[in-house]
Amino acid sequence: MSLDAKIPEGPLAEKWSKHKFNLKLVNPANKRKYDIIVVGTGLAGASAAATLAELGYNVKAFCFQDSPRRAHSIAAQGGINAAKNYQNDGDSVYRLFYDTIKGGDFRAREANVYRLAEVSVNIIDQCVAQGVPFAREYGGLLDNRSFGGAQVSRTFYARGQTGQQLLLGAYSALNRQIHHGKVKMYTRTEMLDVVLVDGEARGIVTRSLTTGAIETHSGHAVLLCTGGYGNVFYLSTNAAGSNVTAAWRAHKRGAYFGNPCYTQIHPTCIPVTGDHQSKLTLMSESLRNDGRVWAPKTVETAEKLRKGQLKASDIKDEDRDYFLERKYPAFGNLVPRDVASRNAKEMVDENRGVGASGFAVFLDFSDAIKRLGKDTVAAKYGNLFDMYYQITDEDPYTQPMRIYPAVHYTMGGLWVDYNLMTNVPGLYALGECNFSDHGANRLGASALMQGLADGYFVIPYTIGDYLAKIGPKAVDTNHPAFEETKQSVLAYVNKLLALKGNKTVNEYHRELGHIMWEYCGMARTEEGLTKALGLIQALRADFWVNAKVVGENEEVNPALEKAGRVADFLELGELMVRDALMRKESCGGHFRLESQTPDGEALRDDEHFAFVAAWEYKGDNQPEELHKEALEFEYVHLTQRNYA
Amino acid sequence: MGNMNLTLKVWRQKNAQTPGKFVTYKAEGISPDMSFLEMLDVVNESLILKSEEPIHFDHDCREGICGMCSLYINGHPHGPKRAITTCQLHMRSFKDGETITIEPWRAAPFPVIKDLAVDRSAFDRIQQAGGYVSVNTGGVPDANEILIPKVIADEAFNSATCIGCGACVAACKNASAMLFVSAKVSQFAMLPQGQTERWSRVQKMVAQMDEEGFGNCTNTGACEAECPKEIQLTNISRMNNDYFSAKLFREEHAHEE
Repeated sequence: MSLDAKIPEGPLAEKWSKHKFNLKLVNPANKRKYDIIVVGTGLAGASAAATLAELGYNVKAFCFQDSPRRAHSIAAQGGINAAKNYQNDGDSVYRLFYDTIKGGDFRAREANVYRLAEVSVNIIDQCVAQGVPFAREYGGLLDNRSFGGAQVSRTFYARGQTGQQLLLGAYSALNRQIHHGKVKMYTRTEMLDVVLVDGEARGIVTRSLTTGAIETHSGHAVLLCTGGYGNVFYLSTNAAGSNVTAAWRAHKRGAYFGNPCYTQIHPTCIPVTGDHQSKLTLMSESLRNDGRVWAPKTVETAEKLRKGQLKASDIKDEDRDYFLERKYPAFGNLVPRDVASRNAKEMVDENRGVGASGFAVFLDFSDAIKRLGKDTVAAKYGNLFDMYYQITDEDPYTQPMRIYPAVHYTMGGLWVDYNLMTNVPGLYALGECNFSDHGANRLGASALMQGLADGYFVIPYTIGDYLAKIGPKAVDTNHPAFEETKQSVLAYVNKLLALKGNKTVNEYHRELGHIMWEYCGMARTEEGLTKALGLIQALRADFWVNAKVVGENEEVNPALEKAGRVADFLELGELMVRDALMRKESCGGHFRLESQTPDGEALRDDEHFAFVAAWEYKGDNQPEELHKEALEFEYVHLTQRNYA
Repeated sequence: MGNMNLTLKVWRQKNAQTPGKFVTYKAEGISPDMSFLEMLDVVNESLILKSEEPIHFDHDCREGICGMCSLYINGHPHGPKRAITTCQLHMRSFKDGETITIEPWRAAPFPVIKDLAVDRSAFDRIQQAGGYVSVNTGGVPDANEILIPKVIADEAFNSATCIGCGACVAACKNASAMLFVSAKVSQFAMLPQGQTERWSRVQKMVAQMDEEGFGNCTNTGACEAECPKEIQLTNISRMNNDYFSAKLFREEHAHEE
C-alpha cells in the first residue's frame, strides 16, 4: 500500500483554508443518520465527541475509567501554547509553526504543524467561552508565560493544573451532549479490537470492566483518542491505566504505526526509590526557570553524598558542577527537555549521581531563595514543593531537590494522513495516539494544544469528507465480520485466562520496562538494541508460558485487564526497538550514540532519514515491514539544533 | 526508618448484591517510601501468587489529580493526612505494627462495585444535568473580549479544582454531595460566561443531586475538612444563595434550554 499523506497543494498558509473548502460536506439533515465511535475521553476524545455531536452526528464514546473526566490529560501541569501574540512580543502563527518544527528536530510534516499553529488561537477562545478559569492579569486580560525555553510568552495556564481545567471544559461540553442524547457514554469499558468490513473500520469490540461482557458496537467511523504508550517502560509519568491496547489492536488489523521509537524523556521527575515503585511524578519544567541543576565535581564527593556522610549543603560552590550552565552558557538550565535529560544521565554514568540509588542530580533553589526570598519562591512553586515533600519527605526549601529523567510522552503513534485518518479507511487517530505533529521531540505546552486542535477544529471538518463519500446507509451489524472479531477477542481473553504459571503479569511488565529503559531509553546503540530484541522476544515467549492470571472473565478482573495490556506492550516494545535500530541517525528524543556532533549533541542524517517510518504488522512474531513517507521541507531550512 | 509489618483489615465484597465483610491480611516488609496504593500492590502480588483474588480498588493517575482513587482509611476518606488523596499518602504516615482498616466510600448513591471500588456515576449525571456553559465549538468571541477580574478568576479556579473523588460524600454523616455540586455551580456563578444560565443551572443540578439520593447539608463541615483539594464551605453558601434566589424569583428559568 502506498502512503499518501494527502497534504493539500498551495502555499503553506493557505493549505488548511483551501482544504476545508474542498472537503465534502454532510447535509445537516443527514448527519443524524451517521454513527461515530470515539474511544478515549481525554482532550482529543472529549473535544471530538462533543463537537461531532453538536454538529448532529450520533456519537458513542468509550473510556476505561469510571468517568470521562479522569482521562490522563487531567494531569498535565504546565500550559497550552497559542499564537495569540497577546503580549506583543513578536509571536505569530509562523513563529509557533517554526518553533514546533525545529523543536521536533525537523521530523514532522510542515503542513500539519502549520495547521496546528493556525488553529491554536481558536482553542483559547473556545476554552474561555466554556468557562475555563485561565490565569488573568489585574486588568482582567489573560496572562501568559514563557515555557520550555520559548523566546516569546505564548503559554496560557491555570496555575499548575492546566490539563485538568482544559479537560473539565471538554468534559462539560461532552456532558451537555450526553444530556441532549447525542452522545451515549460507556464508562469502565475497554476497546479490545476494531471491526473491519471490506477493509474499512465499521465498529469495535469492547469488554465491560465491571461485568466482563464482550460486545460489538457499530459506526460509520471509528476515532481512536487513546493516548500514548509511555507505560511500555513500566515506570513513566503516565497513569497506571494508560495503555497501548486500542492502538495496538488497530495496528494488528492493518493500521500502520508511525515512528514508534520517538519517546520523550522529561528531565525533571522525582527519582525512583525502589522496586515497589508504580509510577514517576513529574516536577513541572517551570522549575528550571529558577532552579540550578548540578552534580558533585568528583566521584568521591558523590559517593559520600550517596552514603549520607555529606549533605548537599555541605558541598562548596567550587566543588559543584553546574553542568548545564557550563556546557550551554546561552540557554543554561533552560535547554530543551531531551538535552537536559541526556546530560543528567551522563552525570550518573560518570558515577557522579546522588541520592541513595545514585540515579539523580540536584535541582537547587538556594540561590533563588537568597535572591527572591522564600515567600516569592513559595508563591511561584509552592504546590510543586509541597508535592515533592509529600513524596520524598524532604524539604526542598532547605535542601535541593533530587531529580532524574522519566518517560513522559510518546511522539510516535498510529500513522495518519492530513485528515487524521489512518491507512485503514474510516479509522482515525487523534491526540497523542497519532504520530503527526511533534516530530522527534515535543515542546512543552504543545500536547494540550494538539489534543484539542485535533478534536475541536480538525476532525469535525475532515471526517465529513469521508462520511459524505460512503453515504448514510446504516452499518450492517449482521455482517459476519462483527461476530468473527468478537469470537477472536473471546478466544484471546480465554488464552490469557488460561495462563497459570508462577509469575505475575506485573513482574513481566517491570522486566520489560527495565529492558526498554536500559537499551531503548535516553541513549541507544546498535549493540544494545540488538541485545534488547533478543531479550524482549525471550520475555514474551516466557510470558505465554509462565505468567499467572487469576479469576474469570465474567467479573471485575484487573489481573486480566493488565495481562492483555502487558501482552500488547511486549509486542510494541519489540517494534520500538526495531524502529530505533533502523534509524541510525540521532534526532530529538531518539539519541543514537553512534551519531553525535563533536559537542555530543544529536546529529541528524537528513540525506537518509528525513522520512516518517510507518510500520506494517505482518503476523505474530514476524518482523514488521517498513514503509517510508518522505518529509519535504519547502519553507524551513534544516539546521543543526544548537543551544550553546 | 526501617521496613514495617502491618495488619490490614480490608472490606471485601464481591458485588453490590452480595454482602461484604472484613478480611485480615498481613502486609510485611513495607518500605516507608511506598505510597499507600503501592503497599496494596505488594499485597495483591502476593495474593495472586497464592491464587487468591487481589483486593480491588480504583486508581489511575497516582499523582492526586484524576480523582479515581478513594478508600476510607482508619475512618478518614483518603486517610489521616489533610489535603491529599490516597495515592499521595505514603506509608511513613503509619507506624510499624499498626493495624489499618480500609473500607470503601459508604453512601447509598455510591453502590459498591467490588471490594473497595464504588460506582460514582451519580456525580456524572449531576454534571450532565447542567454543569456547563451552552456554547458549541466555533463562533465564540476572542478570548480577551471577556474581561474577568483576577480575584474572580482566582476564586473560580479554586472552585474548579474539585477532582470529583467523592470524599465529601464519604465524610458526611448525611452523605451529602453539596460540596461537590456547589463547587461547579460556584465556578460558573462567579464567571461572566456562566451568567446566562445561572438560575436554571443551579436548579437543574440540585434537582439531579436530590434525585440521586444524596442527603442534605447540616453544616458539620466534615466535607471541607476531608476534601483533598480544600474546596471551601463558602461554595455551599453561594449555591444556597443562588438556589433560593432562583426558586423565589426566577422559577421560570428552570425550564429554559
